[in-house]
Amino acid sequence: MASYIPMSAEERRAMLDVIGVGSPAELFAAIPPRIKLPALALPPGQSELETCLLMAGLAAKNRRFPLIFRGAGAYWHYIPAIVGSVINKEEFVTAYTPYQAEISQGILQAIFEFQTMIADLTGLDVANASVYDGASAAAEAVNMCRDRRRNKALIAATAPPMVIETIRTYCFGNNSGLELIPCGPDGLTDVAALAALLNDGISCVYVQQLNFSGLIEDAATLCQLAHDAGAKFILGVNPIAAAILPSAGEIGADIAVGEGQPLGLPLSFGGPYLGLMATGAEMMRKLPGRIVGQTTDLEGRRAFVLTLQAREQHIRREKAGSNICSNQNLCALAASVYLAAMGNEGLITAAQNCYAHAHYLAERLAELGFVRLHSAEFFHEFVTDSPMPPERLLAGLEERGILGGLALAEGGILWCATEMTGKAEIDALVKAIREVSGQ
Amino acid sequence: MKLLFERSREGHSAQHLPQTQLSGYSLPEQLRRCRELRLPALAETEISRHYTELSQQVHGVNSGFYPLGSCTMKYNPKIDEQIASLPGFTGIHPLQPVSTAQGCLEVLDRAGQALCEITGMDAMSFQPAAGAHGEFTGLLLIKAYHQARGEGEQRTKVIVPDSAHGTNPATATMCGYTIVNIASNAAGGVDLDALRRAVGADTAALMLTNPNTVGIFDPNILEITRIVHEAGGQCYYDGANMNAIMGLARPGDMGFDVVHLNIHKTFATPHGGGGPGSGPCGCKAHLAPFLPADQVTEAADGYRLERPAQSIGRVKAFFGNFLVVVKALTYIISLGAEGIVEAAETAVLNANYMKKRLSPYYHMAYDDFCMHEFVLSLAGEKSRFDVSALDVAKALMDHGMHPPTMYFPLIVPEALMIEPTETESKDTLDEAIEAFIAVQRQLQADAASLRQAPQATPVRRLDETQAARRPVLTYQEKEL
Repeated sequence: MASYIPMSAEERRAMLDVIGVGSPAELFAAIPPRIKLPALALPPGQSELETCLLMAGLAAKNRRFPLIFRGAGAYWHYIPAIVGSVINKEEFVTAYTPYQAEISQGILQAIFEFQTMIADLTGLDVANASVYDGASAAAEAVNMCRDRRRNKALIAATAPPMVIETIRTYCFGNNSGLELIPCGPDGLTDVAALAALLNDGISCVYVQQLNFSGLIEDAATLCQLAHDAGAKFILGVNPIAAAILPSAGEIGADIAVGEGQPLGLPLSFGGPYLGLMATGAEMMRKLPGRIVGQTTDLEGRRAFVLTLQAREQHIRREKAGSNICSNQNLCALAASVYLAAMGNEGLITAAQNCYAHAHYLAERLAELGFVRLHSAEFFHEFVTDSPMPPERLLAGLEERGILGGLALAEGGILWCATEMTGKAEIDALVKAIREVSGQ
Repeated sequence: MKLLFERSREGHSAQHLPQTQLSGYSLPEQLRRCRELRLPALAETEISRHYTELSQQVHGVNSGFYPLGSCTMKYNPKIDEQIASLPGFTGIHPLQPVSTAQGCLEVLDRAGQALCEITGMDAMSFQPAAGAHGEFTGLLLIKAYHQARGEGEQRTKVIVPDSAHGTNPATATMCGYTIVNIASNAAGGVDLDALRRAVGADTAALMLTNPNTVGIFDPNILEITRIVHEAGGQCYYDGANMNAIMGLARPGDMGFDVVHLNIHKTFATPHGGGGPGSGPCGCKAHLAPFLPADQVTEAADGYRLERPAQSIGRVKAFFGNFLVVVKALTYIISLGAEGIVEAAETAVLNANYMKKRLSPYYHMAYDDFCMHEFVLSLAGEKSRFDVSALDVAKALMDHGMHPPTMYFPLIVPEALMIEPTETESKDTLDEAIEAFIAVQRQLQADAASLRQAPQATPVRRLDETQAARRPVLTYQEKEL
């Protein structure tokens, strides 16, 4: 059995003597005898070596694909070595939320830097210290926009299903309304349909840029429509694409949210990831979660502290806008280090490579008979039809070590390319598809 | 310390990516961003030193004693981190075919079974990313359950004791409920008469932490859950304090219907300076059909993912903070049945030892044996010396330790809440006790100096009012 308790039998005895009891059991006298558990039905403890073998055995039961052409909310990007090095520093790993600023300046400053970079990326004034993931960030943003009079959100049907579903669950919780804005035949949010749905009961419009099919929405037009009807506009952003696409601020969005996983976090079977949230100064006090602000100490030195805490659950209790307490701080640190390591040039290169590789992939796939279902411009994901049953194609690719696109329930395959899948990798995919399809 | 942006110099960079070999593909000009990015320009050396400097201004569990009440700042075993960084876990796409992710599903299944055994629940969801998220999920299960029974309209109230964590009432509001606060009794537990008066046909649930936030196991727990059930309500267990009783008593046996656990407290996964945590939500069989997507089931051909019949949907994308669950499972396997019990007993032993030795020097809010934490009140010092709980907390920093939780629970004036955890040695506890005693002496001899504490930290006390009144939340090139 592994034990992390630094205590000898003599020390234990001495402590019990000080307390004045004969055994630890006496300290649990308040537990009614009827519910005292005789023993846990779990295996005995294991040594570190045994545990290591067992857990490594579980990892080995997974199949790790050397080539991935699947995204749909979780993206395979390069992670600079410095990211892992920084986020494994023990002080960052083992500290709690920086409540005591005098001995937490390192974390507080890192969050302040994170907030600055996310505000820059989104073109908005302020960002919070993170929420759980992109989907819950979208749900929290919708909640920020509600009031007594405007209690219904319009969500683009083109947003990823998991994001829509998460927003729906939060709306079920707070008894607010939700309606989907239909998708037009071009795969983009139907502008006329949005215009028809807007009225003075609508709190906000949520559109995800890029949408689930990878297409670039006409966000500025949708935003203008929402604002004309007095509704807020929330833009879901992909942080890599944000390096070259118009920022949420330029579009006029009131709130930007996003899944931060592409910024230096591994795929990890879906988590931990990172929920990004930014907004303008006027909605700053409605942001959920931790926010760090700059101030000075007794001696006039610049210092950082958790601020605007009057928004939060530990102060406002049932009047708080959100119950969030723990966030994804270490993931936010990873994103900060990633952005610092990439710099403007590196992030733009990553975005341009994603774009170039995906467009090359689309051309090669078209030659094999996988034709795009939409003509609108895309970034690094797109949907094609399939000249053969997708299940057979994807199984064949898996046999060749390739995780292909995602077969969609409504038909078609959603493909993704990033800076990791360049010409050589795409040509390998093409060769594999030819083999599987017998072309 | 300089900010990243102040270290930035044009022309410094760390090239990580090649230019693509594919030219001729470029986002059309009219679709491009106009606003220039202003990320810092830094070489890797500069980034590395920057973060090393920052890390040196952080007190972590690895730096020293961290008795932050209600947060269970125990040691985070290194093997857990090592296992969670295996490429066989980190390199798995969440939408791979489940046949190629059987190891991940087995992790979730094994962890789920172990946590069901520890809590006495029938099913467990790992979707919630943190404790508050688990509360949200759990309360939605209750909401869906009442609706399915046709009592959704009628049951609109959630009962919360005044000693509860702030997340409890905040969660109830997020779930559309009205909060009924009930006062605690003199012993710090639930006032049974107040509870009897509060319950009725409009009761959706009671939310309770047990042991509660004053560190006391409520001896009336069976009566409490009976009263709520007889009124048709459900009992929600806030698992924040599970470290005190794991392996010794189970919420399921106390009469609770749904629980959340804080993996990052009880099961030794690190807090990361605020997260990621993991807040699995467990429930009895009658609530299992409402669990969020997706549940792992075992079939002849391996593990599968299934959506429960009347699922509330999902509370986030994918399957929760998976790598955190990997760490927790590693921990549970390492400790095993007897190690888990030993951890709980030692956590309680350490807390009682500190409480006993500090009793001559500080006023304890409650007299009995405590569980894993205890609360002292500086109300007396406040009135006699004008020294607050905050002053004492700040002074403790100068003794190299992290202060206890301050001003919580709300029912104890000038509260300090101390949770030593099981992974501290008697020597460490003795040193902390000496520090507390020294601060009490300083307080009586020179109260003014205490109001100036801390002295030895990288920065002194901060102007929090200024931070909130004129918020500066991002770096501005021209100093404000």
